[in-house]
Amino acid sequence: MSSYNLTHLKELESEAIFILREVAAQFEKPVMLFSGGKDSIIMFHLARKAFHPGKIPFPLMHVDTGHNFPETIEFRDRLMEETGETLIVKYVQDSIDKGTAVEETGVNASRNGLQTVTLLEGLEEGKYDCAMGGARRDEEKARAKERFFSHRDEFGQWDPKNQRPELWNLFNGKKKMGEHFRIFPISNWTEMDVWQYILHEKIELPSLYFSHKREVVNRDGVLLGKCDYIQLKNSEQWEEKTVRCRTIGDMTCTGVAESDAGTLEEIIEEVATTRVTERGGRADDKRSEAAMEDRKKEGYF
Amino acid sequence: MSETKGYLDMELLRFTTAGSVDDGKSTLIGRLLYDSKAIFEDQMELLEETSKQRGEEGVNLALLTDGLRSEREQGITIDVAYRYFATPKRKFIIADTPGHIQYTRNMVTGASTANLALLLVDARHGVIEQTKRHAFIASLLQIPHIAVCINKMDLVDHSQEAFEKIKADFESFASKLEIKDVHFIPISALNGDNVVDRSENMDWYEGSTLMHLLENIHIGSDQNHVDCRFPVQYVVRPQSAEYPDYRGYAGRIEGGVFKPGDEVTVLPSGFTSKIKAIDTFDGEVEQAFSPMSVCMTLEDDIDISRGDMLVRENNKPTVEQDIDIMICWMNEKKMIPRGKYTIRHTSQTARCIIKEVKYKMDINTLHRNEADREIGLNDIGRITIRTTKPLFFDSYRRNRNTGSIILVDEATNETVAAGMII
Repeated sequence: MSSYNLTHLKELESEAIFILREVAAQFEKPVMLFSGGKDSIIMFHLARKAFHPGKIPFPLMHVDTGHNFPETIEFRDRLMEETGETLIVKYVQDSIDKGTAVEETGVNASRNGLQTVTLLEGLEEGKYDCAMGGARRDEEKARAKERFFSHRDEFGQWDPKNQRPELWNLFNGKKKMGEHFRIFPISNWTEMDVWQYILHEKIELPSLYFSHKREVVNRDGVLLGKCDYIQLKNSEQWEEKTVRCRTIGDMTCTGVAESDAGTLEEIIEEVATTRVTERGGRADDKRSEAAMEDRKKEGYF
Repeated sequence: MSETKGYLDMELLRFTTAGSVDDGKSTLIGRLLYDSKAIFEDQMELLEETSKQRGEEGVNLALLTDGLRSEREQGITIDVAYRYFATPKRKFIIADTPGHIQYTRNMVTGASTANLALLLVDARHGVIEQTKRHAFIASLLQIPHIAVCINKMDLVDHSQEAFEKIKADFESFASKLEIKDVHFIPISALNGDNVVDRSENMDWYEGSTLMHLLENIHIGSDQNHVDCRFPVQYVVRPQSAEYPDYRGYAGRIEGGVFKPGDEVTVLPSGFTSKIKAIDTFDGEVEQAFSPMSVCMTLEDDIDISRGDMLVRENNKPTVEQDIDIMICWMNEKKMIPRGKYTIRHTSQTARCIIKEVKYKMDINTLHRNEADREIGLNDIGRITIRTTKPLFFDSYRRNRNTGSIILVDEATNETVAAGMII
C-alpha cells in the first residue's frame, strides 16, 4: 500500500465526517437520531471526531418506545454524562396518551411502527429540518437505493422513484419550508465494517452485544428476550439460553441470537462466518417483502 | 486473529457496472457476492421463494438488487443500487446501474465515484451500442480503470478467436475515447470461468481472473496528490474554556499533500499564511492528503469561511466566472437556454446562467450535433456558463474533485445536471 493510501475504514470514516460537516453547514437545525444501538454509537463517535475540538453542533434525539432493554438506557445516560453532549428523549407513550398513536394489540404487538409517529412529532416540535440516522445500505434492499441526503416532503414521506441524483461529493440539501431531510452518513458501511471500526477505535458498547445468559422464547424462529411486554402464547415457554444481540431495538421485536461470542474479536469471527443477515432477527422486517420500503414511505427512518 | 488484523489493512475499491438482464450482469454480481459470502442464507431463501412465486426457474439474483417494489413488479432496475462485498484484500462497493439509454443519468451517477468500470460484453453479440455507451460514459467521467468482461464464453466454445475479435473491435472504438487502463477478461459468469477461479476451458488466456484484477489493480494513483486543494467546509470555533481562541478550518483534502509549516494561499482573498497544525480527533497528523477529512489551523488570524480554498501560491487553480462544461442532464424538465440555476462546486454555492450550448453529443456515435442544441433528460452536451462569483477549479481531467459541479433548479430544488469542467 502506498503512503498516500487510506485503509478502507479510514476512508469510510473520512466520508462520514465529510457528510456530518456538510449537514452542519447546510442545515439550520439538524438533529441526530440515537437509539443506543451500535450504529448510533458509531455515529455519535464520528460526530465528536467531525467537530473536535468543538462540541457537536446539534443535539441527539432518542425516540423511546418504553420497551427498551434496560442496559441500553443505562449505557445511553452514562455516555451523555461522560461526554457532556445533549440528548433529547421523546416517548412513544406520550403519543399514545395524546391519542396520536394507537397501541397494537395481540401477541405480536410491537411499538416499533409507532416510533414513526413520535419521531415526526418530535421533529415538528423542535422545528428540526434534518434528522441524521445510522442506517446502512447493506441492511435491507430498500435501503440499498436510498441517498446519503434523502429528501422528505412535509409529511415526512419518502418518494423512492423521485430521489435526487447524488454525484461525487456534491450534496444538495436545498428544500422548501416545512420539508426536511433524513441523512445517513454511514450508508456505505457494512456490519463487518462497523465491528472492525469498533475494535479499531476501542469504542465501548452496551453489554447486550456480548454473549450472556437470558431467558428467551422462540417465536417463529426469532428468539425474543423475556420482558413484561411480551405475552406467551399457550404452547410457548421461557427457556434460558446463551445469547447476544446483533441489533438493539424494541424488546418486543428485536431477536437475540444464540452465541458464545464474548469479545469483539469473537464477534468479528462470528460475523465473518455467519450466514444470516443481522436484520434476519427483526420480526418487524418479516411482515412482508416490502415491509421496510412501506415503513420508510410513511416516514420511518 | 490474523484475519482480523488483515481486515484492518484493507483498501477500498469502488466500481460501477451497467447492463441489462440479458448480458449476465446479475449472474456475475451474484457470483461475486455469493463467492465472497456477501449474500446471506436468509436473503437467498427469500430470493428462492420470490422467484418461485413469480414462476421463474432457479434463483433470479436481480431480485436482490432490485429493492423497490415497482422494480420487482416491472422486472427492471430503475435506480443505482449499492452492493457491498469484501475479500481479505479489499472491500468493494458496487454501484449497479441499468444500462438502457434512458438511464444515462444513473450510469453517470454510478460512475462519478468509481475507481473502475466493469463493462460486460456478450461473446455472441460482440461490441454493441450499449457497450459503446458505457465506454463513453466511463471515459467522460474519467474512471481510471476499465475491465471489459467478455461473458458467455461457454456459448462460443471458449474460442480465443472470438475473444480477440471483440477485443480488437473495442480497442478500435476506444481509440476515440480517453481511456487509460483497459483489461480484457474472457469469462463465463454462469459457470464461474475466470471470475474467481481460473478457467480450465481457456488455456490460451494468460491474464488474471476478474477477482484477481479487482483485488490487485493499483488504485494508489487514482487521487490527485500533486495540486494542493483544500476547500473549507466548516469553521470549528469551540469558544470553550479549554479552547478559547481556537479557529480551525474543517474540510476534506481534494488534492495534493499538506503538511504543518507549509505556506498556503487563501482564495479568494489571496492572503498567505502557514499551516500551524493539522488536527484530528486522534491527534495532530504529519501530513494530509486526499480523501482525508481534517481540521487545519493557521499561524495568522485571517477571515476564512466556507467556500474559501487553501492552495499553494505557485500552484493555483483557475479562478474564473466563465466556465466550459460537459453536462449530463438529469431532470425531466429540459434545460432552459439563458436559464438561471444554482451551482454547487466543492464547498462553494453560487448562481449561474446558461450562456451557450455548443453542441449535443450523440452518445452512441460520438457525433457532435451542433444543429440540435436542446438539452433534455439523459442528454450530454457542452455548454458555457457564467457564475455570479468566481469559482476555484481545475479541469475534471486533472482533478475529479475540483472539476465537478452540479446544477440545482431554483424552483424545485432538484439536482438537474452533473457537469465536468473542461
